[in-house]
Amino acid sequence: MKLTPNLATILSVATTLACIATGQAQQISGAGATFPAPLYQRWGVEFNKVQPGIQVNYQSVGSGAGVKNFIQGVVDFGASDAAMSDEEIAKVPGGVVMIPATAGEIVFAYNLPGFPGIKLAREVMAGIYLGTVTKWNDPAIVKSNPDLKLPNLAIQVAYRSDGSGTTYVFTQHLSAISAKFDDEVGTDKSVTFPVGVGGKGNEGVTALVKQSVGTVGYVEYGYAKDNGLLMASLQNKSGNFVAPDIASARETLSNLKLPTNLRIWPVDPEGASDYPIVSFTWLLLYKKYPNAEKLKALKEFVNWSLADGQSFSESLGYVPLPAPVVEKAKAALSTIE
Amino acid sequence: MPAPQRDIISQSGYRAGPDFFKILCQGAALVTVLLLGWIIYEIVESAWPSIQKFGLDFITTSAWVPNRERFGVLPFIVGTLASSLLAILFAFPLGVSIAIFLSENFLSPSIRQTMRFVVEMLAAIPSVVYGLWGIFVIIPIVKVFGDWAVASLGGFPLFSGPAYGNSLLTASVVLAIMILPTITAISRNALAAVPKTLREGAYALGATRWEAIFSVILPTAAPGIVAATILGLGRAMGETMAIAMLIGNSSRLSWSVLSPSGTLAGLLANQFGEAQGLQVNSLMYAALILIAITLFVNLIGEAVLRRTQKATAGIR
Repeated sequence: MKLTPNLATILSVATTLACIATGQAQQISGAGATFPAPLYQRWGVEFNKVQPGIQVNYQSVGSGAGVKNFIQGVVDFGASDAAMSDEEIAKVPGGVVMIPATAGEIVFAYNLPGFPGIKLAREVMAGIYLGTVTKWNDPAIVKSNPDLKLPNLAIQVAYRSDGSGTTYVFTQHLSAISAKFDDEVGTDKSVTFPVGVGGKGNEGVTALVKQSVGTVGYVEYGYAKDNGLLMASLQNKSGNFVAPDIASARETLSNLKLPTNLRIWPVDPEGASDYPIVSFTWLLLYKKYPNAEKLKALKEFVNWSLADGQSFSESLGYVPLPAPVVEKAKAALSTIE
Repeated sequence: MPAPQRDIISQSGYRAGPDFFKILCQGAALVTVLLLGWIIYEIVESAWPSIQKFGLDFITTSAWVPNRERFGVLPFIVGTLASSLLAILFAFPLGVSIAIFLSENFLSPSIRQTMRFVVEMLAAIPSVVYGLWGIFVIIPIVKVFGDWAVASLGGFPLFSGPAYGNSLLTASVVLAIMILPTITAISRNALAAVPKTLREGAYALGATRWEAIFSVILPTAAPGIVAATILGLGRAMGETMAIAMLIGNSSRLSWSVLSPSGTLAGLLANQFGEAQGLQVNSLMYAALILIAITLFVNLIGEAVLRRTQKATAGIR
C-alpha cells in the first residue's frame, strides 16, 4: 500500500512533464547529408533563439541514409547532396518537394608552396585524376601557366575514400568535360580512380594535401579556405580560368535555369565567369503533413533558413543562395500542406 | 498457518533459487549463440544477391567499381592479412620482450608495476586518437623512411616507389602499437605463471639468466604467448577507424609496403553510409568474408595453442 501514492506521484509528474514538453516545444527531426550538417545544426540553434517554441534536430547520417529514412517516414525532413532520383520519389506516396537549401563549391586544393593560383585547363583536371598528367611541370600545365617556373615534382593525387556527394559532383563534372574520364572512371558517390590515395571525409583529403608537397585533392571550399590550402583556378566551358570563391560560385548559381522540381546539377556551366564545379544540396520535404502544427513549424523553419539563415552560410564556407533561387524555393515550399 | 506447509515453502524457495540462476545462465548463453547466428543470418541474407551474382569471383578479382557494379575484394583481403601480419611482426618481438622485462626481477616491483600500467594504458586510447596521432607523427616519419627506402632499396619490390605517407607500412606500425598491450599483458601473465620451482631448478643447474629465460621460461609460457599473439592478430584484423585514416584506402594491388592499400573493415566503414543497391549487398558479402577470416584465424590459433600445450606438457 505504501507504493501506490509514490507511483501515482511519479505518474502524474511524468504526465505533467510530457504535457509541458509537447505544449511548449514542437520537435522537428531531420537526417541526411553530412556536407551541410554544420550549417543545418547552426540553423537549428539560431532558429531556436528566434522561435523558442520550435526545436530542430538534424542528424548527419549521410545522403543515402537520409533518403532511406525519409522514404521510411521516420524523419520530418531529409537532406541529400544528390536530391532524390525519380524512382526514390515514387516510393513516397504523398509526393516530395525538394528545396535547395545551400550550395557548395568544390575546389582543386594543392600543396605547392610559392605557386598560388595555378591555372588548370579542362583536359589537365581530368588527366591528373586519370594518372596521365603526373608531373607539375607537365607541358599541359606549363602551357596555361607560362609565368610560373613549375618544379619537376610528381603530382600525388588524393581522393575521398568514403562515399560522398562531393565525389559525385566532382566526377560528374570530370565526366562531362572528358570522354576518357567518363569511360574509365565515370560518375558516382564512390568511384575507383586509377591513381592516388584515399582520405576519409573532407578533413581526410585536406590532411593528405597538407601532409606532402606535390599533392592535389578535391575538397569543399570551406575546408580548403579554413586550412589555408592553395586552390587552383579552373577553366570553364567558355575557356576562362576562374578562381574559386563565394562570388564566382554565386555567379554560376544565379545563371542557372531551375526546373520545376528544383533538381539541377550545373554539370558544366556555360557563363563566361562561372566557376565550373558547384552544386546545391537539398532539403527533402513531404508534399503532405498530417499534423498541422508540425507543418506550420517546419514551414517557419525552412522559410527562415532561406531568408535569415543564408547569412550564416558564408562564414561556414557555404555559398548563400542567390535571390532567384530563394524565390523559387519559397514558392515550392508554399505548395506543401 | 500449519508449520509443515511453511517449511515446504521455504524449502522449495531455497531450491528455486539455484534453479532460477541456472535458467538465467543457460538463457544468457543461449542468447549469445542465437545472437551470433542471427547476425550471420542477416548478413548472409543481405549479401545474397551479391553472392549469387559474383560467387567466388568476388574473392579472386580485384576490381571494386561501385558505379559499374563490378565488385571484387581481393585487394582488401590481401590488405587485411598483410597489415595484420606486418603488425604482428613488429609487435610480437617488442611485446614479448616487454613481457619478459616486466615479469623478471630486473627492476623493483613498484617501477615494474608502473611500467605495466603504462603499457596497458595503451589499450585505453581510442582508435580515432591513434588515427590522428598516426597522421601527425607516424606519417611524416614513414614518408622520410619511404623516400630513403625507394632511393636505396627501390629495386626490391617491397620498397618500390613512389613512397606514400598513407601506406600499408604506416597502418601496420600504428596497428602494432595498438595490439602491443594485448600481446604484452597476456604474455606477461603467462610468464608470471611459470612455476617458481622451474626457474629455481634452472638456476640450480647452473643456467645463466639468458639460458633460463630462453630454454625454460619462454617454452613453458609458450601457449600463453601464442594465445596473446592470436588475440592481437584478431584485434588487428578487425581494427577499423585508425586504419581507414592511415592506410590510404586504395583498391589497387601492390607489392610495395610504401603504397596505399585497403582493408575489409576500412572498406565497410568508408562506403556503407552512402552505399545503394548491389553495393550494399557486396559490402555485406565483404563483411561475411571478414567474419570468415577472423573465425579461421581463431581456429588456427586454437590448433596451435593445443599443439604447443601438448609439447610443453612434459615441462609443467
